[in-house]
Amino acid sequence: MVEIKNLTKKFDQFIAVNDLSFSVGEGEVLGFLGPNGAGKSTTMKVITGFLSPSSGSILIDGNDVSINPIDAKALIGYLPEGAPCYGDMTPLEFLKFIAEIRGFQGQECTDRVQHVIREVELQKVCMQPIETLSKGFKRRVGLAQAILHDPKVLILDEPTDGLDPNQKHHVRELIKSLAKDKIVIISTHILEEVSAVCSRAIIIDAGKIVADGTPEELESKSQYHNAVNVQLSAEYDLTKDLSALTNISLQNDSGNSFTIISKNGQSIFAEISEIAQQKKWPISELYVKKGQLEDVFRSVTQKIREGIE
Amino acid sequence: MKNLGIIFRRELSSYFATPLAYIFVVIFLIINGIFTFDLGGFYLRGQADLLPFFSFHPWLYLFMVPAIAMTLWADERKTGTIELLLTLPVKLSEAVFGKFLAAWVLTGIALILTFPIWITVNYLGDPDNGVIIAAYLGSWLMAGGFLAIGSCMSACTKNSVIAFILTVSICFLFVIMGSPILLNSFPEWIPQLIIDAFSALGFLSHFDSISKGVLDVRDILYFILFIMSWLLSSAIVIEMKKAN
Repeated sequence: MVEIKNLTKKFDQFIAVNDLSFSVGEGEVLGFLGPNGAGKSTTMKVITGFLSPSSGSILIDGNDVSINPIDAKALIGYLPEGAPCYGDMTPLEFLKFIAEIRGFQGQECTDRVQHVIREVELQKVCMQPIETLSKGFKRRVGLAQAILHDPKVLILDEPTDGLDPNQKHHVRELIKSLAKDKIVIISTHILEEVSAVCSRAIIIDAGKIVADGTPEELESKSQYHNAVNVQLSAEYDLTKDLSALTNISLQNDSGNSFTIISKNGQSIFAEISEIAQQKKWPISELYVKKGQLEDVFRSVTQKIREGIE
Repeated sequence: MKNLGIIFRRELSSYFATPLAYIFVVIFLIINGIFTFDLGGFYLRGQADLLPFFSFHPWLYLFMVPAIAMTLWADERKTGTIELLLTLPVKLSEAVFGKFLAAWVLTGIALILTFPIWITVNYLGDPDNGVIIAAYLGSWLMAGGFLAIGSCMSACTKNSVIAFILTVSICFLFVIMGSPILLNSFPEWIPQLIIDAFSALGFLSHFDSISKGVLDVRDILYFILFIMSWLLSSAIVIEMKKAN
């Protein structure tokens, strides 16, 4: 269990994290979202004990990071932003160093390192200095370092940033396979990643939580949730036919493509398709749109921006 | 304490994984040779001791030691590995001391490799080897003092060149503190006690007596306390400046 209570982090006058509270339980994969500069990385740096909080507390399985840092850090695997590693070492040497610091010795140390090298597929490059490796491999070395001691809490700051689609897929699969009995916190601004791996998402902006829920819950907050997309094959005036319905609004996307937005988020597909059949709309496509996380992200983070300005 | 050893080994092997350690040792030996035989007049003096060898060490260290100390923390911060290192279950003191120790041992290795000069002087005459061993110890302790300053300056900045310049400047101050040139320039109304205290803070007064074979506990204590206080400052600076 990771509990964050009233966490505030100030840099001089700038408040990076503002009275943040949440907790994450076992088996949860928490996606930590927010625009650049929202305080994601700062929050992670405070959780992992790199920075000390200005006020508030962080408990990792009951260990307060500020009071009991060594015990708390032992429970955490952390991939910092940009996956920094010691460039002059080979992945094998580097992982051995991490394993020793994590308290593994002798055969167990070797086994751990070999196991994690297989898991992130570093076999081919494990004898090359890290600084000569490609970005994808460097990221994997960083990931290997984070999961080496099979940590209870895994904190990954933008784990797939700069990877190609295949590598992204691989890393996501890895995270999913690791997540079963762990607490995983991932920061990202790639929203598809949240739908792909996370069981819960928190959107923060200006250091505050602006949305918290499962990806599906967040999606349903979108104004496009349950909207119906209509593609016409010929010119046709939809406004006349739809004027009877009060809970919708019509939006022309481009040319003959329209989106009918459900104002209260209720399903309107049945009604629309009935009207379409009665009135014989020249339809080429008709489908229900799912709410996009992107819309929610934009609407909740922009609200705050406007509020500030 | 176990982590101190692990960090120490990693740091030391990383010196030897790059050309840094080799270049440092080779240049150190070459300059040492030039200083001792050319400028120091090793043969001309006609005395079987290593005084010309050791008396140049403060000036040699002034440029050589900051060169290895400058990367200690500046590089960690520049590459972001400081975040990795300090989120591992290690104490900051273990990291600071482990890194310092690795650099200190590297200077020790360079110093030990000057042994041919010790063989030479033994071949040519009959020196007091006790004095020579004491002088080696003093020289190494002094190198530690330079390094500890370097560790702190390196913690102050991301830029290792700035760290180098700061370290050289501060080390220079501690070298000239005990030198007659500076001491004679004090106006006469300043009490002798203050001048003595000032000169006692510098390296030279302590190093000189050790290199003459006088192993005074106070001189050794001076260097140990000096190193400890600069390392403590390093830890404080790292703690304060972690965020940027």
